[in-house]
Formats: sequence, structure tokens, C-alpha cells
Amino acid sequence: MKLPPFQVLLDEHSADLYRFCVATAGSGEADDCFQETWIAALRAYPKLRHADNLRAWLFRIAQNKAIDLHRSRGRRPVPVDAVPEQAGAAAVAPGLDGESRLWVAVRTLPPKQRTAVFCRAVLGMPYEELAALLESSEDAARRNVFQGLKTLREEWIA
Amino acid sequence: MTKDIEIALREAAAALPAAATLDFGSLLAERAAAEGLLDVAYATVDSPLGPLVVAATPRGLVRLAYTESGGEEEVLEDLAGKLSPRILEDPERLDEVRRELDEYFDGRRDGFDLPIDWSLARGFIGKVLRQTADIPFGETSTYAEVARGAGSARAVRAAGNALGANPIPVVVPCHRVLRTGGALGGYTGGAERKEFLLRLEGVLA
Repeated sequence: MKLPPFQVLLDEHSADLYRFCVATAGSGEADDCFQETWIAALRAYPKLRHADNLRAWLFRIAQNKAIDLHRSRGRRPVPVDAVPEQAGAAAVAPGLDGESRLWVAVRTLPPKQRTAVFCRAVLGMPYEELAALLESSEDAARRNVFQGLKTLREEWIA
Repeated sequence: MTKDIEIALREAAAALPAAATLDFGSLLAERAAAEGLLDVAYATVDSPLGPLVVAATPRGLVRLAYTESGGEEEVLEDLAGKLSPRILEDPERLDEVRRELDEYFDGRRDGFDLPIDWSLARGFIGKVLRQTADIPFGETSTYAEVARGAGSARAVRAAGNALGANPIPVVVPCHRVLRTGGALGGYTGGAERKEFLLRLEGVLA
């Protein structure tokens, strides 16, 4: 078992991981999600038993941080300018540009579908790796991608 | 068909920002250090002997390596295996090391005041290198003397090997150890570097 120096992970994955945080946690929470992910990863890193699927491991941590942040935001007062991001796609103000509207729609998906859609459509992640990330079977990973894209397409066209 | 939405997602993702802050690396290193999660910090330092990788633990300077192209990766992987994989680039944490090295190479410093982490020099190697660390600027010793000082007068060859395995050359001045009779002997960074350092210190004309 040989783990690469942590800096290698940071160099290889931080750009994709930051985009993932913006897309799935929202731009208001992205910086926190990103930083908390790296700290949690650094904390757990030496205890990893193997160096397989390090990207999937990192994105799983980020997915869970995004969920945690979303929950804690639900419990505290929300700044006014963050309200549209919390609402469903249909409630989004028309002033928002197409890109943010798409990510708002992504954030209305269940967390696994959110992750599956991003990792598959944006990163082209192989299903085997996505299954490791979601801690599911490859079939379940495929279903999450399919269902997520289907929902998005319906909302996007609507 | 869902290709339409996949293309829209890819295009939208390409437009997303790719970094939290320009300097996220040092922000992370700072927080990691504060939480006791930064086991090894490293930086690269330019020197007249080529680029050096310097690495420190919370205890002190643990490694200095001459790096030719691509050598940095190898040095860091070695540290990940021997010390800890919690390794981050953090030039600020090595500011003092860089400053003292610059002064030394400029001829403005004849000793280092840096805390040393001896983790990579255990046992006999550690004994030999601690002996070596006491040889003053501008002086030299011999493999035989260093072996004797480390408690094994007969282990001259082993002392030579220990010096060749010096994890912190320059700062732990293994270049000051010569063969009995004055021949330069080998050096971890090559004989040319040994000559350069001995000339810098006024031992060689």
C-alpha cells in the first residue's frame, strides 16, 4: 500500500472538486464545502488502506459535506440573497442566467443523483468508479445517472 | 435522448470557477498545521547547486534534496512512505530555511540555526551525522575520525555509507568529511557539488 503525497491529490483534483462544490452546494456554500472536504480528507488520509479510487473517495467526502452544509443552512437564518438558490427550479427568478438556473435544478435532485449527474456528465467518470463513490452497485449508479438526467431534462425543457 | 442536457451540463461546468481563492494551497496548509494535520511541509528553493527540495516536520528540517528534473516527485513519494503521506507544499513554513540557505550561498552565513528533525537518520547513520553536524564551517574531518566519534573506529566504510545517506546535505555538512590523506571522496550530490561547497567555505582554493 502506497499513498501518494497529499499535495498530488490537491494538484490533480482541486479544480474539478471546486466545480463540484459550486454545482452541488451552491456558490454561497462552495468555499466552505471545498475547504471542509480537504480538511476532512487530510484528517482521514493516513488511515486509508489502499490508494485505489482516491478521486471517488474525495468526491464522496465532498458530497457528504454538501449535504451537511445544506442541513445546517436549513437550521439557521438565511441571508436574503441566498433564497432563490434554496427554492425549486420553478421558483427561480427570471433574472438568473441559464447556467445558474441549471445548477439550481441540479440541486433539487436527491444527493446521489446530483453527484451521479455531475460526475458522469461533467467528468465522464466510469461507472465502476461512480459506484465506488456512491457505495452502490454499478447498476444503481447507472440508475442514478439516468433518473437525474431525466428529471433535469424535463425541468430544463419546461 | 438525454444528450442535450449532458452537453448543457458540460458547458455550464466549464464556465464554473475552478478555485476557491488564488492562494487556497497556503490557506489549507495553515489550517492543517493549526489542527495538527500537516505532517510534512515542503518547498523548492533555488540555489547555485540547482533547485533544492526542502521539507520540514513540526519538529524541524527533515530533508534537503538536490533535484534534477523530475526528482522532486521521487523525493516526496519517499517522504510519504517513510514519514507520512500528509504532505503539502507550503513555502511560507520554509521561509527561515530558505533565508538561511540564501545567506549561506551568498557567503554571509557560516552556520545554520535551524531545528533539525533526525527521523530519517536513525541508528548508526544518526550517530555519524550528528558527529558531522559539529564540524565547523571552513574545517574538515575524515571518514575515520567521524567513525571513531560515532563509537565504531573500525566502521570507516559504514561511516562513508551513512554520509552518503545524509537526508539533509549542506545543513548537515557531510561535504566537510574527506578521505584520510585529503582526497575528496564521494558525495551524495556528486563530486562537483562537494568541490563547490568546499570552495565556498575556503577549504579549496
